[in-house]
Amino acid sequence: MIRYVIRRLLGAVVVVWIVSVVTFVLFQLAPRLTNQSPVYYYIARNPPPEGSEQFKLLEQAYGFDRPLVSQYWLWLRNIFRSHNLNNGFGDTQHCAFPCLGYSFKLHSPVSSLIWQALPVSISLAIGAALLWLVGGLLIGTVSGLRPGSIFDRAGMTAALGAVSLPIFFTGPVLLLVFVYRLKWLPNVNYAGITNDPAQWLRSMILPWIALALTFAALYARLTRANMMEVMSEDYIRTARAKGLPGRTIVIKHGLRSALTPIVTIFGIDVGTLIGNTVITETVFNLRGLGHLFIQAIGQKDLPVIMGVTLVAAIALVLANLIVDILYAVVDPRVSYS
Amino acid sequence: MSAEPIEVVVAPADGASAFLSVRDLRVHFPTDDGLVKSVDGLSFDLERGQILGIVGESGSGKSVTSQAILGLHKGSRARITGEIWLDGTELVAASEHEIRRLRGEQMAMIFQDPLSSLHPYYTVGSQISEAYLVHHKVGQRAARKRAIEMLDRVGIPNPDKRYDDYPHQFSGGMRQRAMIAMALVCDPKLLIADEPTTALDVTVQAQILELMKDLRREFDSAIILITHDLGVVAETCDQVVVMYGGQCVERAPVDEVFYRPEMPYTWGLLGSMPRMDRTRLERLLPIPGSPPSLIQVPKGCVFNPRCQFSDRVPERRCFTEHPELLATAQGPTGHHSVRCHIEPDERRRIFTDEIAPKL
Repeated sequence: MIRYVIRRLLGAVVVVWIVSVVTFVLFQLAPRLTNQSPVYYYIARNPPPEGSEQFKLLEQAYGFDRPLVSQYWLWLRNIFRSHNLNNGFGDTQHCAFPCLGYSFKLHSPVSSLIWQALPVSISLAIGAALLWLVGGLLIGTVSGLRPGSIFDRAGMTAALGAVSLPIFFTGPVLLLVFVYRLKWLPNVNYAGITNDPAQWLRSMILPWIALALTFAALYARLTRANMMEVMSEDYIRTARAKGLPGRTIVIKHGLRSALTPIVTIFGIDVGTLIGNTVITETVFNLRGLGHLFIQAIGQKDLPVIMGVTLVAAIALVLANLIVDILYAVVDPRVSYS
Repeated sequence: MSAEPIEVVVAPADGASAFLSVRDLRVHFPTDDGLVKSVDGLSFDLERGQILGIVGESGSGKSVTSQAILGLHKGSRARITGEIWLDGTELVAASEHEIRRLRGEQMAMIFQDPLSSLHPYYTVGSQISEAYLVHHKVGQRAARKRAIEMLDRVGIPNPDKRYDDYPHQFSGGMRQRAMIAMALVCDPKLLIADEPTTALDVTVQAQILELMKDLRREFDSAIILITHDLGVVAETCDQVVVMYGGQCVERAPVDEVFYRPEMPYTWGLLGSMPRMDRTRLERLLPIPGSPPSLIQVPKGCVFNPRCQFSDRVPERRCFTEHPELLATAQGPTGHHSVRCHIEPDERRRIFTDEIAPKL
């Protein structure tokens, strides 16, 4: 088991490194395709004319005059050391570790921008994931145990509907119904869970539902299918023949096996979850990573774009690492192969 | 249109006198294609310390019968009628809750494929302890000790180490031993073994059968051995029920079945059994045709489409009249009943003159 975890950890480190290369190539070099110096995206105002002394100094400061590999190395090294950055117009900013750059457009280091936005996105993603897992597994299990029953038919019909509804539709509908018409929930802004838990809950509940709905429906259908298959396995018959009570058979012997494919799919869906978080934050005007990202794209704020991409990629790799370890915990055969 | 079979064998009126008594058991499954009559009017008795073999082809209702005894059809769409008496308790009408307390404790089952019958995510030992804990108010530690004892008893080396292994770390024979340990952990009075040796090689098969015979002596359990292997039956069983198309076609003590069988289907089974104690004279004699549809059971005798002797019965009775399971007056030991229209004397003559020389 420990060897398995170490192997996975090493794998994750390699993936993060590859991600850093891809991020660098994508965003540092892409501007050159349009014959523009990347400097333009860093300094938040019209750059000095190309070829001027000032322009050359800036290119030097950001390392754009160096060979490619050396540029990557500088970029990577800068993340781990604190240094000063300037915009070529006398504005010099200190950037401490972990330095993902400085946004001269938002007048803030990228790391503190991300740090402020991260709790919102994490609350949204984890809350929604819990909601869809619990909801999906519950509905799926009950349906799968009694296929053809009224609950099963109602549940699966609702699931079919929910699967077909995109967030940019359900989100505004939820807002319209619960905030503007029924006025059950105030139109509130996000509050930190530590500052005001009640407010936090009130502000997150609709985004959670909007984000979780599609997944919950998918997982309900998946769990139902798995449950039906597992409950006809020979070892379920053995469990019954032992005289175990029904609940133990369903949860300990049935659900445990039905969980394995769910865990696998969940690992894949984490990526989609991060993508959907961006949409949800936009719909509900939550100032999370997705919001920051969209804003940065609009303002061509390259350091922020690269920083968020890197953090999102690392989050995805971490989530998959956790899922992989979870997978080995659920199915003991995994860590031996 | 199947007539009620009349029990001519001296049957206990209340069914409670034999340890296990199955009376006119019927297990029918309604399906979209029609009613599947998997078991249709089966009766037998079994005493403690006895081994009963149930033989027959695939789909003859052997496994369905055993699962009906354990009440494993409860909660499914199966329609079950008849009576199953276990030590004075009737099981067909018992509730799921009542029968659950008997399962594992009073009666246990060993399944055919031990790999798929053990849960892949739990250690072998914990699955055995689980069976013990559900019926005994003891702690984890006591259950573990008991499970290790049982693993040792069924011949698994280093049982205290193997306790924490998963089923996929066991070999086929060891898995079946673990299954037996699990079935016996509560000292059940009735043990049903559903083709326990099918997936095993011959050496391991012999060890497992030897083990079951030991256990019968040790615990004085009643054992039902379900198999399609007549060699296994000859080696282990006291009584034999031959099933065909969901019905019992011949029921007799083991020697009777092998030396004085009277039902053409039993002859067919014997003819298709490889014999090591004879020189190989000719090819094995398969029974022509295939098992009957359990939805559209042949009219008359279930075996008539495949029977080579139906022309020996006048007036085509084999095709019009369902034969009863009748006692045949022969043999020094126990009852021998046969479901066949051929006259008893004629049956014996056919076996001696036409069948026996070819076996």
